[in-house]
Amino acid sequence: MASGSVIDPIHQFQIQKIVDLGTPGGVQLAFTNSAAFMFGIVALVFFFLTFATRGRTLVPGRLQSMAELSYEFVASTVRSTAGNEGMKFFPLVFSLFIFVLVANIVGIIPYTFTVTSHLIVTAALALIVICTVIIYGFVRHGTHFLHLFVPSGVPAFLLPFMVVIEVISFLSRPISLSLRLFANMLAGHIALKVFAGFVVMMSAGGAVGILGATLPLAMVVALTALEVLVAVLQAYVFAVLTCIYLNDALHPGH
Amino acid sequence: MDPIAAKFLGAGLACLGMGLAAIGVGNIFGNFLSGALRNPSAADGQFARAFIGAALAEGLGIFALVVALVLLFVV
Repeated sequence: MASGSVIDPIHQFQIQKIVDLGTPGGVQLAFTNSAAFMFGIVALVFFFLTFATRGRTLVPGRLQSMAELSYEFVASTVRSTAGNEGMKFFPLVFSLFIFVLVANIVGIIPYTFTVTSHLIVTAALALIVICTVIIYGFVRHGTHFLHLFVPSGVPAFLLPFMVVIEVISFLSRPISLSLRLFANMLAGHIALKVFAGFVVMMSAGGAVGILGATLPLAMVVALTALEVLVAVLQAYVFAVLTCIYLNDALHPGH
Repeated sequence: MDPIAAKFLGAGLACLGMGLAAIGVGNIFGNFLSGALRNPSAADGQFARAFIGAALAEGLGIFALVVALVLLFVV
């Protein structure tokens, strides 16, 4: 994309300072649009869950059903991947899943800011997961946790290579976890903006242009539907992979 | 070669990776469909797993897109 092109898909990802908090300790601090949206997401989820489960009826109404379904969905995922012991990590997995899901969905609304389209945000979430895995693994199992990198049934001369490969693949987990979510959100929004730019460019060409502009418009509609699917799916994949990595901390060794 | 031209060539080559990832995703769903046609009653239980596999395979294609975007906008 040459500079000066009409289509500018990068501007939507710009961090804008809302309240500048100066530079304490040499670090530039500000309340940005990203932080505002994160607060908004947490407030939205908090008020929804609190309000929905306020009645605590035995037979749930619609709103309470939604809250209970989301609980049960994540709980069944945790139980099936990490076993019943994994339920002690349920608050973490539920928080991550709901935060990523709502952040992705809110980003599809026009004129909003997609919180998860920044690598630093997804990297922070992935690092929370990996640090939980490593710290819990060492606290619970001690050095037996390192048996995670030694697959069973490997002949002795292959063992050093297998250990190196396993360590590298373990270290690539936070990278792939964060990069997958970030890249999916980034690519989806860039594609949306590029096609929206096509609509504007084509509709500048008179009557024929406006007729032709319906084609990229249809593409934008289809892409938005795909983006909703990708948003939900990436949140689910993030949660499932978190459960799988936590299972490695709970039951190390193959 | 002009470095700017090399940038654009590299970005175009990185998109070949996306085509390969598309083959991978199609593979997963094709296998799922052929299995589902043989055993329809077991298909619904595994549908979520097919989506997880597809998301993981698609992730690698998206990594290739990230390389292309880095070449275009960052380097």
